[in-house]
Amino acid sequence: MSYDKLLFALAYIILGPLAGGLLAGIDRKITARLQGRIGPPILQPFYDLRKLFTRGLDPVNRVQIPFVASHLVFAVTTGVLIFMGGDLLLIIFVLTLAGIFLVLAAYSTGSPYGKIGADRELVLMMAYEPMVILALVGLFRVTKSFDFWGIAASGKPLALLLPGIYIGVFLVIIMKLRKSPYDISTSHHAHQELVKGLTADLGGPALGLVELAHWYESVYLYGLVLLFWTWNPVAAIVGPTVTYFLVILVDNATARLKWGMTLASAWIVALAVGVGNLIPFYLGRPW
Amino acid sequence: MSARVNEKEIKAKAPKAPAIERSPAIERSPWLIHYDASSCNGCDIEVLACLTPLYDAERFGCIVTGDPKQADILLVTGSVNNLNAPVLRNLYEQMPEPRAVVAIGACAYSGGVFADCYNVKGGIAQVVPVDVYVPGCAARPESILDGVVRAAQILAKKKKELRAGRRRAKAAGGRK
Repeated sequence: MSYDKLLFALAYIILGPLAGGLLAGIDRKITARLQGRIGPPILQPFYDLRKLFTRGLDPVNRVQIPFVASHLVFAVTTGVLIFMGGDLLLIIFVLTLAGIFLVLAAYSTGSPYGKIGADRELVLMMAYEPMVILALVGLFRVTKSFDFWGIAASGKPLALLLPGIYIGVFLVIIMKLRKSPYDISTSHHAHQELVKGLTADLGGPALGLVELAHWYESVYLYGLVLLFWTWNPVAAIVGPTVTYFLVILVDNATARLKWGMTLASAWIVALAVGVGNLIPFYLGRPW
Repeated sequence: MSARVNEKEIKAKAPKAPAIERSPAIERSPWLIHYDASSCNGCDIEVLACLTPLYDAERFGCIVTGDPKQADILLVTGSVNNLNAPVLRNLYEQMPEPRAVVAIGACAYSGGVFADCYNVKGGIAQVVPVDVYVPGCAARPESILDGVVRAAQILAKKKKELRAGRRRAKAAGGRK
């Protein structure tokens, strides 16, 4: 393994929260502008995080903090594996593990809201996992690589070759970032029937750790988005930026789905456009 | 024409601005929780109006959480009665220190028009300590926002006092 990959992983660990916080801040500002509001300062997520960590540590039980800390550690590990050029198949397991720890933290509180949020987060994981696997299969079929840098260096217009897979990845991002219409487990907006499900009873520093993990997650998720646009520097800037705005637009233009619809729509999209996209590649594709 | 005054002289004479003390983070991100004790719902509708695009509470960093453990400011509308007094007390006690309470409207102040009802205890100060009273029946969104901003300043002050208290306790412990 070369040193520059290690450097990339180190940069992700150190600069990841900065980038993730900025993404969240710009997101909140754009959301406010879409709703005709002035909105909070762009640095608001950092103020929030600073406040959360200065709050007293008052957990409802003793296992909550270890669970939440494990969630953060495995969220960071997922990103490190991706940016160090680890096997992308491995990230499916680490990604799931990170999610499971957050679900366990929510179950451990005993709060009925935490429980319903945890149930729904499991449904969300069921909804996005098949699409993540399909995306990796698609990327491998085209580039013959399971390595982030190998795929990035392939120079193939992946977003154009795999449009169906890309739509599926778009849905995965909406689910992982807990945006409408898939924000069933917990929400950034106070207009949902369940505002804080998954994070109910996580106070102060515990919520801060969840927020930090969320920033790390958003950075590696947009890193994966970037993977589809690496054949051309202009595409590498325009593609992910447009996707980022589209996610915010969809978040503001849609209402929350019920869990059944969430699962059905995610699987139908994965089956129709994801698998549909892969079929030509298995029927002896020429390109 | 009056004599021209040298700008440098003015600057030299002007009193020095006090050193800016870094305000605690809590002032920049006061998260709210809203509890409706027994009211006519007029004030509650105004509290919700604060969150709409027109009044935009989020520009002050406010987020409405549904969870007292994540909240810094408790907004209470309406008077307390025998049934909801323990609920209000419970919400308040679940909030971490420092915390602030904003009593919104005439009912939260004194019981308002319901003060003489057989089951009404009166203003919410009977149950929890109040930091800011917002006047009105119903209170207007502008004055509610003003109340929230003032509560955030009070929170910052409380935070500083807490810190100073902890430092004092530490120093006293060290001397032993």
